[in-house]
Amino acid sequence: MITVTPNALSDSPNKMDLTNIPPEQIALDIKGLNLYYADKQALHDITMSIPKGQVTAFIGPSGCGKSTLLRCINRMNDLVDICKVTGEINLHGENIYGSQIDVAALRRKVGMVFQRPNPFPKSIYENVVYGVRIAGEKNRRNLDDIVEKSLRSAALWNEVKDRLHESALGLSGGQQQRLVIARAIAIEPEVLLLDEPTSALDPISTLTIEELINDLKKQFTVVIVTHNMQQAARVSDQTAFMYMGELIEYSDTNTLFTTPLKKKTEDYITGRYG
Amino acid sequence: MNSWFKSGSPWVWLSAGGVSISLISVLGLLWLIASRGLSYFWPAQIVQFEMLDEHGVKSVVIGEIYDRESIPTEQLAHTTIKLDPNQETVERLLIKTGNRELVSLDFRWLLVPQIIKQSTPENLVVIERRTNGNFYGVIETLKLDGEVVELSQLTVLLERVEYFQEQIDDLQKADIGAINYQLERLRLKERKHLLDDSLTIDLSQGITEETNTLKAQYTQLEKKLMALRHEIARDQLTVRAMDGQVVTINFEDVLAVTFNNQLSTFDKVGLFFSQIGGFIVDDPREANTEGGVFPAIFGTVLMVLLMTVIVSPFGVIAAIYLHEYAGNNALTKLLRISVINLAGVPSIVYGVFGLGFFVYMVGGSLDQLFYSETLPSPTFGTPGVMWSAITLAILTLPVVIVSTEEGLSRIPSAMRHGSLALGATKAETLWRIILPIASPAIMTGIILAIARAAGEVAPLMLVGVVKMAPNLPLDGNFPFLHLDRKFMHLGFHIYDVGFQSPNVEAARPLVYATAFLLITIIVALNMTAVSIRNKLREKYKMLEH
Repeated sequence: MITVTPNALSDSPNKMDLTNIPPEQIALDIKGLNLYYADKQALHDITMSIPKGQVTAFIGPSGCGKSTLLRCINRMNDLVDICKVTGEINLHGENIYGSQIDVAALRRKVGMVFQRPNPFPKSIYENVVYGVRIAGEKNRRNLDDIVEKSLRSAALWNEVKDRLHESALGLSGGQQQRLVIARAIAIEPEVLLLDEPTSALDPISTLTIEELINDLKKQFTVVIVTHNMQQAARVSDQTAFMYMGELIEYSDTNTLFTTPLKKKTEDYITGRYG
Repeated sequence: MNSWFKSGSPWVWLSAGGVSISLISVLGLLWLIASRGLSYFWPAQIVQFEMLDEHGVKSVVIGEIYDRESIPTEQLAHTTIKLDPNQETVERLLIKTGNRELVSLDFRWLLVPQIIKQSTPENLVVIERRTNGNFYGVIETLKLDGEVVELSQLTVLLERVEYFQEQIDDLQKADIGAINYQLERLRLKERKHLLDDSLTIDLSQGITEETNTLKAQYTQLEKKLMALRHEIARDQLTVRAMDGQVVTINFEDVLAVTFNNQLSTFDKVGLFFSQIGGFIVDDPREANTEGGVFPAIFGTVLMVLLMTVIVSPFGVIAAIYLHEYAGNNALTKLLRISVINLAGVPSIVYGVFGLGFFVYMVGGSLDQLFYSETLPSPTFGTPGVMWSAITLAILTLPVVIVSTEEGLSRIPSAMRHGSLALGATKAETLWRIILPIASPAIMTGIILAIARAAGEVAPLMLVGVVKMAPNLPLDGNFPFLHLDRKFMHLGFHIYDVGFQSPNVEAARPLVYATAFLLITIIVALNMTAVSIRNKLREKYKMLEH
């Protein structure tokens, strides 16, 4: 068994019964979700509840569908023509795959950060206010406040406060990724999806981002996909292990890494495959 | 040998050779056009030849040496000219002798063996004139205001003439032109009301009064013009030509009087540049064989700019539709192939299409709807600068579409996803992220479009270019930009001067000079677009991951 220190950074490993969370504490409720790429089924009947204000990690070997599941939550899979989804994901009791849903409004509630930092070729300031401007905010003073608040939350303010109007492309990879996080939290989403946010970064930047994730859960529900099991152990409260498009095991991080119930989970976290 | 092939150096040599050949051809072309064209402006020596022809008759020829060539002696064997039979070739000179009122041809060949003496007397003068070309000879007398004056008064005279000439030009072009324009508009207004049956007596009287005021103004201006003409006609000079005839020339006709043989190198350089300046800013004279090409420069640039303004939005919108919105199906593929094939259609076909569709159909309908008062004389139902710009816009549309689409597909999907994940709709993402990043590619398309359009002549001959346009498409009369007017174009000007003019020999250097100017203008337009593109590129430079 690999040595991990579960929840080394999170405040308290508050254990909760994940199959029976009180409704007011549920951020996302996924029910019987199936996803097909043309004829190929990529997700099989996923059912899980993601609690509010906590960090939930998806782990599993490459191609297990963890990123696909994450992209279902803000409907980024809609961009793939051949992709078809059945089942429900409920946000505030409302199915985001319902016919009345405004996808742009949904994505304002469910922000997303991608694997590689993707700042727009604009100034740092314009990157942060991009989503806010789209939402219709025009007041210069409000925008300034939002920029400062978001950059502080993303632990980037002190590094860039003197060059807000310089190009964001001049930042280092780690700074760019924090800028992208600041951009995502500037529109104050309820849920923040992180798709392997540190896989393109060096260890020091990774550490900064992990610390940041720990702070972020005070304001947002965070769902993170990661390749790195130590990272999942360090930052998350709950962990879901996925394999071949199925949810194998979902429990609090401590339990999953110390006393996994399923054989597959144990094989994976002990490094027998994946 | 085998290892030499394997090392790859033959391919390096081969590609280097290819590049060199291309470079040498481009530079050679530029050098040829520039040297032939620019030498036209260099003030040549005026040479006086004393000739003895085969009948023993002596004569004097004065002029500029234009060309020099060797011809085989046999070619002259059947004539009575006696030549040294041992020589295989004989040299002859092409002399520009001018003086069109005395001899109908501007040029004359002289056989070198017949020249007895060749000199460059300092008192020889070349007089550049508005009509009848240059005059070469010796000044006999000068008349200022009817009085004979000293030769040293020449500069005073020329300044006086220039002063009056400027006033005459202003009167003719600006004042009288404006009154004519207003009179024409009044006439059209009256006619329009007549056609609408809405012409009241009051209205009719008003129009008549206005017309009369304008006509009175016109008469006054005309009197002023006549007075000026009369004034200028009192200045004359008499010149003795090479055959001893004395010719009187009115200063009204004179543009410049130059003693070429007295000029220092410094003076020549000055004159060279002022000639080039004149070529660029003056109007053409004498069926385009003399004077400048300003209207053609203006027409070319205006038409290209109009074309750019029309083609850019349409091309970009079409590319966005094809790339972002059209489904990935057979119809889209067909559309894309058609767009690419449009670029291969011969340009004259576009000209025919422009004439048939735009000029006759669209223009004709516009005339009936909005300009019925001028019918049967057409306003837009006749070739003009707008139809030329639109026709060339269609011609260059594929280029813009293809390069914009390429630019759109080069944008990493991470940019789109980043924007969409922040709650932007597809249209917002396009407008705020995708288009700015694609703007260098769009500029590349526009650069290629400009390069193609500026050099195109064939379709323009059908849809708007003329040999000689009386007015520029842009002037001081409301609405200032007259899109219905015909215009002049440098490309057509080259063809016209080089092959349609009455005096091809004289016009040849002008052809080179105009070609050089056309290249310069296209390069300038392109460089402007390139520098805009480079600025955009710098701004939206993608960070390499």
